[in-house]
Amino acid sequence: MRLRNIAKALVLAGTVLGTAPFAPAQADDVIKIGVLHSLSGTMAISESTLKDTVLMMVDDLNKHGGLLGKKVEAVVVDPASNWPLFAEKARELLEKDKVAVVFGCWTSVSRKSVLPVFEELNGLLFYPVQYEGEESSNNVFYTGAAPNQQAIPAVEYLMSKEGGEAKRWVLEGTDYVYPRTTNKILRAFLHSKGVSDADIMENYTPFGFSDWQTEVAAIKKFASAGKKTAVVSTINGDANVPFYKELANQGVKATDIPVVAFSVGEQELSGIDTKNLVGHLAAWNYFESVKNPTNAAFIKQWHTFIKDDKRVTNDPMEATYIGFKMWTQAVLQAGTTDVDAVRQAMYGQTVKAPSGFTVVMNTNHHLSKPVMIGEIRPDGQFDVVWKTKRTIKADAWSPYLAEDKGKVADWTFPWVCGNCTEPKYKAYAN
Amino acid sequence: MMRVIRFFLLVLLALAPLCGAAHAADDFQTLLAQLASDDFDAKAAAIRALGALGDPRAVRVLEALSSDGLYTTSDHKVVIAVESGDGYALTDPIDGKSLGTVTSDAVDQVMVNNSLRSDVESALAGLMLFSPRREDRQRAANDALKHPAPGRIPGLKKALAAEQDDEVRGTLRKALAAAQLSSTDKSEQLAAIATLSDSTSPEIYNLLAERRNASNLDPAVEKALDAELHAIAQRIRIIGFAATLFEGLSLGSILLLAAIGLAITFGVMGVINMAHGEMIMLGAYATYVVQQLFGAFLPPQWLDAYLVAAVPVAFVVTALVGVALERGIIRFLYGRPLETLLATWGVSLVLQQLVRTIFGAPNKEVGNPAWMTGGISLPGGVFLTWNRLVIMAFCFVVLGLLALVLRRTRFGLHMRAVTQNRDMAAAMGIPTARVDALTFGLGSGIAGIAGVALSQIGNVSPNLGGIYIVDSFMVVVFGGVGSLLGTLAGAMTLGIVNKLLEPVAGAVLGKVVVLVAIILFIQKRPRGLFALKGRVAES
Repeated sequence: MRLRNIAKALVLAGTVLGTAPFAPAQADDVIKIGVLHSLSGTMAISESTLKDTVLMMVDDLNKHGGLLGKKVEAVVVDPASNWPLFAEKARELLEKDKVAVVFGCWTSVSRKSVLPVFEELNGLLFYPVQYEGEESSNNVFYTGAAPNQQAIPAVEYLMSKEGGEAKRWVLEGTDYVYPRTTNKILRAFLHSKGVSDADIMENYTPFGFSDWQTEVAAIKKFASAGKKTAVVSTINGDANVPFYKELANQGVKATDIPVVAFSVGEQELSGIDTKNLVGHLAAWNYFESVKNPTNAAFIKQWHTFIKDDKRVTNDPMEATYIGFKMWTQAVLQAGTTDVDAVRQAMYGQTVKAPSGFTVVMNTNHHLSKPVMIGEIRPDGQFDVVWKTKRTIKADAWSPYLAEDKGKVADWTFPWVCGNCTEPKYKAYAN
Repeated sequence: MMRVIRFFLLVLLALAPLCGAAHAADDFQTLLAQLASDDFDAKAAAIRALGALGDPRAVRVLEALSSDGLYTTSDHKVVIAVESGDGYALTDPIDGKSLGTVTSDAVDQVMVNNSLRSDVESALAGLMLFSPRREDRQRAANDALKHPAPGRIPGLKKALAAEQDDEVRGTLRKALAAAQLSSTDKSEQLAAIATLSDSTSPEIYNLLAERRNASNLDPAVEKALDAELHAIAQRIRIIGFAATLFEGLSLGSILLLAAIGLAITFGVMGVINMAHGEMIMLGAYATYVVQQLFGAFLPPQWLDAYLVAAVPVAFVVTALVGVALERGIIRFLYGRPLETLLATWGVSLVLQQLVRTIFGAPNKEVGNPAWMTGGISLPGGVFLTWNRLVIMAFCFVVLGLLALVLRRTRFGLHMRAVTQNRDMAAAMGIPTARVDALTFGLGSGIAGIAGVALSQIGNVSPNLGGIYIVDSFMVVVFGGVGSLLGTLAGAMTLGIVNKLLEPVAGAVLGKVVVLVAIILFIQKRPRGLFALKGRVAES
């Protein structure tokens, strides 16, 4: 009798351990997911945090019994901030490791590089960063903001009485696809609000630019024309630190010339002395300083996982969190990790997000999210000075651009298309 | 409806000071409560009304508000709070009495945004025209000059009559003139234009230009304005050119700092050292570590001195790494430039990843000490920042010291001897291997010092070196390999040309143009600006 009990216990232990690291080779017992974020090179600053976020979510999922009775295993690769390498690594993840889904990419150029691979092999990518829009792929879910969820509301805020009624605009950006497209949309939007070209200054600098004297002096000169001036910054990556240092040193105060940034969050500010930057703005869909139970739990989970109470959370991390939760929900609903089934289950999936709002995945593969404007505080966090009352649905195609006129992204019947002016199954629809 | 009533109340409150001082205390309290309102317009109106109240207590409240120091307690009382320990020390804004200390959950901050903060600024400016502190009055006068309005004329006249300080008087007179520009009286207008005549600021230029565009101007005023506008534009152009030159010299000094170390390892020793950028990066991280140590172990008043201490630390650390690199790898590769290039490039990757593993991928914050923050404002809207001025001076000190070492010390003599003729130097009893190691160490150490300076203007991240390596090689090659003077001339030329091109061609195209120009120049003069002459150079 006792012996039988022991045997029973052994069998039980065996089944429990069967899913554990002792038998990682048995593909039937694990669901593999890919993590495609740069861990070295220029983008490592931002992207390595997202890798940790995915690992945190996987860890949490496994603690709660895994997914569909299987353990989830993350396959982490390092595309090293090298855009063509992103495509190579994506192919490796999909073909060799046979991952069910990939969480990855930060810059738009890396996303454009992996896109053909995901479409060819019918993979699934969750992209967690705000971007310029103008895209909707059947194989990508975009959990970051589209321009109408970040850039346009930020400019509208600065135009409002509360935001200081700015009349002149400096569009300062890094020279690549995201800033150029965003600024094209912003210029069209400003025109629609009656701002003339004489009141818009557009300037681009290379990646990693560090000598901002001339640019900041030019901004000050442009702003001295008497009308209230605001700077819209799409400066990306490292170049932000010297830019803000130069602003502070040249005495550009937020009350005179506010700078609103779309790529500067808590993580980027942790490398800057923020005492002289108080009042400059950022527009995101989430700030760490937002107070609600979901966010408190999210921050606590992050601090416990990373074992460092000083590490901050930020918007792309929240977008990763949302994407991961939605994917697990869709897998549960579909009862399989098959890409086509999961994709169908994604539409209408909701998650209570750390931003305090319930976000929804739409049929254009983008989210409905809230928009928040924050002002920099002396401690490097943001005070939310304005936010939308409800969530805003992302436009994959901008209504302000003439070339986007009539374009629709909708992956359900009768459209089933990411870039069409007419439904694919028009003949059958009515 | 409620809003309308509230607005009327506010208007009444704003007018109240006219009705006598007896009411002032009550108004002050009502406005104070209004500051904590959730309604943006009500808040803004309360700030303006407080500014108009002329009550000295308003200054305290407004200052607290703009520096995020105004809070509400759980029973909706507005208090001034200062962080103390884990909680907040509260002060009653009405009578200035202490209200004890509470925990941070017990109080709620009164939120302000940019537009409210600028309302507070102008409200304070109105109150401070008569402040006993000189800098307050100067600030108030500057604000009045920035936002000229006919409504301010009486206040400014009164302040001007009472003012003793010459500089403040000057600003006040200009502010008054700016406000009087739109006067209806012709002689007053002409007088105002004359007062503004020696101006060099773009703001005043725009103010005058705006006035010039107004309809039905008196012909005499029109003529005066035209002459004035022309003169100011001329002055602004000259000042603008001088500012560009300064920017160019500043960029040049940064390039020079980054390149001096390379001028030794590449220029003097002929080692193509791709890990040069990483030596700069190590210097910057050494600065960060010194800053953290100062913060952790020394009293706060010493913190600002960390940068001075970081210079020798960074030099020693990177010099040691340099010597180890030379002894461990490079000495086996002398005379094989391609292999040296590949090996040092490998070392640079190893160093980058090492730093990333130890310190993590995110940027590290290296703060500017107080004596390097801000700058001096010159006429014409030109602003010279302290950190750039200090770096310029520092760069010349480093260059001067290096020249001294090379020309005046025994080690410098050995170094030059080994560079010029290794075999002969060895025959004369100079320990060439040791000189090689020390020379490489010196070059690396100077790169480390450059890292200290560069941490003050840019990022401190594992990729820091990559930003400067190309520029450094460009400077050394352009200036002439092996010549310190060439490196100086090369760096300054590149800096100034870059800054002259930037406003015309944009930062991206500007860099391309400079690169193409250098390639063409090297075709014409392969040895750079200052070529070494003689037999040594030919070999």
